Amino acid sequence: MAGNESLADQSGTQARRKAAMAVLAHSATADIAGHLADIALPAHEDLREPENGLVMVRGRIGGDGVPFNLGEVTVSRAAVRLSTGEVGFGYTLGRDREKARLIALCDAMVQSDKLVAAIEDKVVAPLRVAMIERQNRKAAETAATRVDFYTLVRDEG
Amino acid sequence: MYVAVKGGERAIENAHRLLAHERRGDRDVPELSIEQISEQLSLGVDRVMTEGSLYDRELAALAVKQARGDLIEAIFLVRAFRATLPRFGATEPVDTGAMQVRRRVSSTFKDIPGGQILGPTFDYTHRLLDPQLAEGFAPEAPATGHASAAATPRVTDILGRDGLIEPSPAGDKDAPVGDLTREPLNFPADRDLRLQNLARADEGFLLALGYSSQRGYGRNHPFAGEIRFGEVEVEFMAEDAGFAVPLGSIALTECQMVNQFKGSATEAPCFTRGYGLAFGHSERKTMSMALVDRSLRARELGEEVIAPGQDEEFVMSHSDNVQATGFVEHLKLPHYVDFQSELGLLRKLRQEFAGANVTPPMQEAAE
Repeated sequence: MAGNESLADQSGTQARRKAAMAVLAHSATADIAGHLADIALPAHEDLREPENGLVMVRGRIGGDGVPFNLGEVTVSRAAVRLSTGEVGFGYTLGRDREKARLIALCDAMVQSDKLVAAIEDKVVAPLRVAMIERQNRKAAETAATRVDFYTLVRDEG
Repeated sequence: MYVAVKGGERAIENAHRLLAHERRGDRDVPELSIEQISEQLSLGVDRVMTEGSLYDRELAALAVKQARGDLIEAIFLVRAFRATLPRFGATEPVDTGAMQVRRRVSSTFKDIPGGQILGPTFDYTHRLLDPQLAEGFAPEAPATGHASAAATPRVTDILGRDGLIEPSPAGDKDAPVGDLTREPLNFPADRDLRLQNLARADEGFLLALGYSSQRGYGRNHPFAGEIRFGEVEVEFMAEDAGFAVPLGSIALTECQMVNQFKGSATEAPCFTRGYGLAFGHSERKTMSMALVDRSLRARELGEEVIAPGQDEEFVMSHSDNVQATGFVEHLKLPHYVDFQSELGLLRKLRQEFAGANVTPPMQEAAE
């Protein structure tokens, strides 16, 4: 039973990490840094120097069939270790190495019981609100271009 | 005897200096920024990303600037850059059905779930030059509407439910995905390799081939089942983290062509399909790609291969504009020695010709 609990725990932590990463990857470096400035940062070190590379983007034939290689995208990645041992990973599209490092730092903090509340409330939550606002604004602009068909009724009389 | 000739270093250096000067143009005109190119010449940037086969708006915009707006030169620069970075791996296949749609139209069904969404399109514009734009023009803010929470499923998925259209190819999930940047191309090539080739292929080449199929060179009766453009989330299986990490989103255009049906004694007739997918907002590219993808399925569908657009070796060997421009443009580099040997041969042949055709005295005329 204890094993099951820890498994559930693990998948809960993983879901939380993934949700935080999704928000951070969509946020600007300056905004992440700005919110991180509001909390006390734990002692940490670079486990892997931030680096640039490529990832091959895959599509699916017909949208839902077998995969094929579409083309590459630039990616930055980094790994950060807190002095308390948590290891965080940062991955993001683009060549901004600092952004990858900040995401890795946030990911490490999300895994720390002591720090998770602060990082969620002060960094991820406000960035999520901003991200959803941007998406909603785009969705509203797009919605205005939806076609409303109407039928011209012919006067049969 | 072999004679090596050197020289021209100073001329080359000065030519590049002159190029930089010409690229800058009139220095009384403000210099273009990368942001201006990325934001205001965005469709050119999208084309450079697609055919350069590298999604990075800043790099593509820089390439457009460096190439003075010559998009094929810019594509060449981007291809060369991608060779300088290590590859971390491949993304999880993107789900275009979950796209945050910016535009989505179907020419086959009027009433589709999620609706017809025009988005930012040149369609239905009058194609009249707008003098306002020449004077500095601040457009009004876009209109907003009520965004529906309803999903926008792919039109082909809806048709597929009734069996009216062939399903997408479902293969072995663990089968390796062909990659023509890693292995040399062999024919016949599978559809995954063909699509990778078409995705980075020259838009003009695919447009002409697609057009030729419409005009009767391997006709396959296409309808634009659906064209969609928008943002798609990208995930990467990070071995160190131990799960698929979100990387952010990229803009993609997808085109599903629905083509003439096919049936046999054992299978009920159904529509066949062609598929197009490209980085950014690349509608003409994805439509052309889908037409050519369908044409290239001739062998698989038992159609007679009679037109260039159905010949995969012809299409795939000539679709890459970096390769094509390399071979065409190398002709302007010095070929002095080659040409000297041809010239020597030609002189010899002409001498032999003259010797064999000594004109006999024209007696009749003399008389």
